[in-house]
Amino acid sequence: MTSDAHDLVPATRNALAILLLSMADDELVIGFGDSEWTGIAPLLEEDVAMSSLAQDELGHALALYRLLADVAEDGRDADAIAYDRPPEGYFHARLLDHPRGDWATAIARRYLYDTADGVRLAALEACTWAPLRDLAGKIRREERYHVMHAEAWLERLANGDAESRRRLLDALDRLGADAWTVLAPLPNDLSLLMAGILDAPLTELDARWRGAIGPMFERLGLPMPAPAGDPAGARTGHSDAFRWLHGEFTSVRRLDPQATW
Amino acid sequence: MTTAVGRALDRAMVVAALRDVPDPEIPVISVVDLGVIGRIEVDADHVRVELLPTFVGCPALEPMREAVRSRLVELAPGHEVAVAVVFDPPWTTERISPAGRHRLAASGFAPPVAGGSAMPVALDVPVPCPWCGSRRTVLENAFGPTACRAIRYCTDCRQPFEQFKPV
Repeated sequence: MTSDAHDLVPATRNALAILLLSMADDELVIGFGDSEWTGIAPLLEEDVAMSSLAQDELGHALALYRLLADVAEDGRDADAIAYDRPPEGYFHARLLDHPRGDWATAIARRYLYDTADGVRLAALEACTWAPLRDLAGKIRREERYHVMHAEAWLERLANGDAESRRRLLDALDRLGADAWTVLAPLPNDLSLLMAGILDAPLTELDARWRGAIGPMFERLGLPMPAPAGDPAGARTGHSDAFRWLHGEFTSVRRLDPQATW
Repeated sequence: MTTAVGRALDRAMVVAALRDVPDPEIPVISVVDLGVIGRIEVDADHVRVELLPTFVGCPALEPMREAVRSRLVELAPGHEVAVAVVFDPPWTTERISPAGRHRLAASGFAPPVAGGSAMPVALDVPVPCPWCGSRRTVLENAFGPTACRAIRYCTDCRQPFEQFKPV
């Protein structure tokens, strides 16, 4: 157990930086994506819920970028890492590259992401690098509410009327093809396993995730997400929809680089 | 090094001073009763206090940290003051003190339910209405005006109320 990134061998430290970047970028992108629902969600209560979810995710992103800044030690602080990269420099999962879409798309994205992220956070429960173990443990307590929200809406749309089910199936068809990208293998992730940072390889986390969502999908009669594809493109080569979102969420930073979160 | 009142600084004095610092979002409760004050280390020249965020992304955290820091500087002007944000141990609703629960209830906040911080977080525990005491209340929205609060509704007295989300 260590709290100091200097205690890690370089290969582990690099792999840890990649893991932190992937997690932080996922949280940042879904957080800003969900904030787009503020004011236009189907119910006032959902305006509040999506805004609160977005705030949670951006808070998680900030905390993860701060850990990354400590591990990378390249002179960039959390804001610089979060905002000063071109769109192609981001490392979030392709699941989060889809356009905002309709409400069923938002729910499908939240459900698929939150369940996969939950498996990832659980795999950090015994993480030998204490700062990430502590943060992941704290985030898990909050994410329980995210999963509850997504599950309630998934069920409501699946068992609602013909239109809600059709829209949900359409969203799962598009997003289900890319859901595996959240838990796709990362460069050199074997060293994370050997250092006791993750408790299993990412391929095993993918299997755990499918096991976790299987009963819900079966009960609602929904098609399971597609099997994992080539990890090489899972987190690179982003969409036009992401380029647009990036232009939005970096706009304040570009106007005033001294502004703080 | 002594304090503004001329005694050597100790942990009890730090806790007593921090009882003057209110939660920025729910000022009826102090940061001590809210349970966000973690480990306290005091020696002749330094005082270090750990602050446990209620939620990771709590926007009140920085104002809270600054308020804690200023109160400590005021208490012990000769000491070097440090306030560190940590996630170990995680803040849970069970850290709210009995006095804090009482103050929350008096202000219309449902006090957190015992056992609420066990993992996985239990979401279906009955929460008594802070206005009429009825346990026939329902969760309206797990997401409320701040990250740490949820909205509930009492089906007896027909009043909405807030609760600290069990985490």
